[in-house]
Amino acid sequence: MASHGATLLRHHFENEEQQKEASSLGMWVFLLTEIMFFGGMFMAYLAYRQIYPDSFAAASFKLNIPLGAANTVVLICSSLTMAMGVHSAATGKQKLTVIFLILTLVLGFVFLGIKGIEYHDKWVHHEVPGPNFHPEDWPKNIDMSHASLYFGLYFGLTGLHASHMIIGAGLLLYLIIKASKGAYTPEWYTPVEMVGLYWHFVDIVWIFLFPLLYLIDPHFGK
Amino acid sequence: MASSHSEATHHIVPVPVYLGVFLALIVGTIVTTLVAYVDLGPFNIVVALFVAICKATLVILFFMHVKYSPKLTKLVVIAGIFWLIILLTITETDLLTRHWIGVPGR
Repeated sequence: MASHGATLLRHHFENEEQQKEASSLGMWVFLLTEIMFFGGMFMAYLAYRQIYPDSFAAASFKLNIPLGAANTVVLICSSLTMAMGVHSAATGKQKLTVIFLILTLVLGFVFLGIKGIEYHDKWVHHEVPGPNFHPEDWPKNIDMSHASLYFGLYFGLTGLHASHMIIGAGLLLYLIIKASKGAYTPEWYTPVEMVGLYWHFVDIVWIFLFPLLYLIDPHFGK
Repeated sequence: MASSHSEATHHIVPVPVYLGVFLALIVGTIVTTLVAYVDLGPFNIVVALFVAICKATLVILFFMHVKYSPKLTKLVVIAGIFWLIILLTITETDLLTRHWIGVPGR
């Protein structure tokens, strides 16, 4: 524990700066694969939305905009607490690090809880694609089979996003345990910073999902 | 060589910057939600995507520290976004132009 700086430097790096840069570079390369992964699904969504604009607008009208907006705010707050957690770790404030990480985890669970309520509503109102798919009060002049395509993409995209949140929650739990044992110092807090990058990335995905899925012509049903 | 980076790596973003970014993100969320209720025709999606891109840029630059990162990291981030743009634009050129010449399948 005494000589942190010396012991934490792996022999294949010249110095700590290089080691830290290598870590964040590696994390960014991973995030690029995630960008392409989500990018493909976004493209599928955009393509079908262009081909069936009316069905997609009518189906999007079934989503709960206040809950979606609330979840956006929750995620932005969690990004702030995550950034503050990294900041506290970098400045050697162990207690604050733990507190901010716990706040981030709690906000992550609030997001997942609200998402769960939305999924439940979709289930109850027969808006989940499958044999029981028949949304109520569906406009007569609009094809329902394309609405099932919208909800398929909705569950695919938000489900993939939610699974990233669940993985993030697990990572945060690990950080909280390690941080409370004093594993991170201003000399070495790389795991906190890397999980931070991941968490912010997941936030960015939602920043695009919210307007694209929830806000197609909400004035449509008026 | 590595010493030229040391300043960037140890840069600690001041808390007011984080709070400013946070406020901008909240304002962006409110703007997107409210604008969606105004009928702008095809420009609804333009505004929504513009605000989303601004919000994402703020998160990448400040929360993810890319503004303070070495040039190599910046290059990797830009390369990733560039590749995403290739994915989106080339698919769109096909989608938007296919019906011009009556190709089957559209």
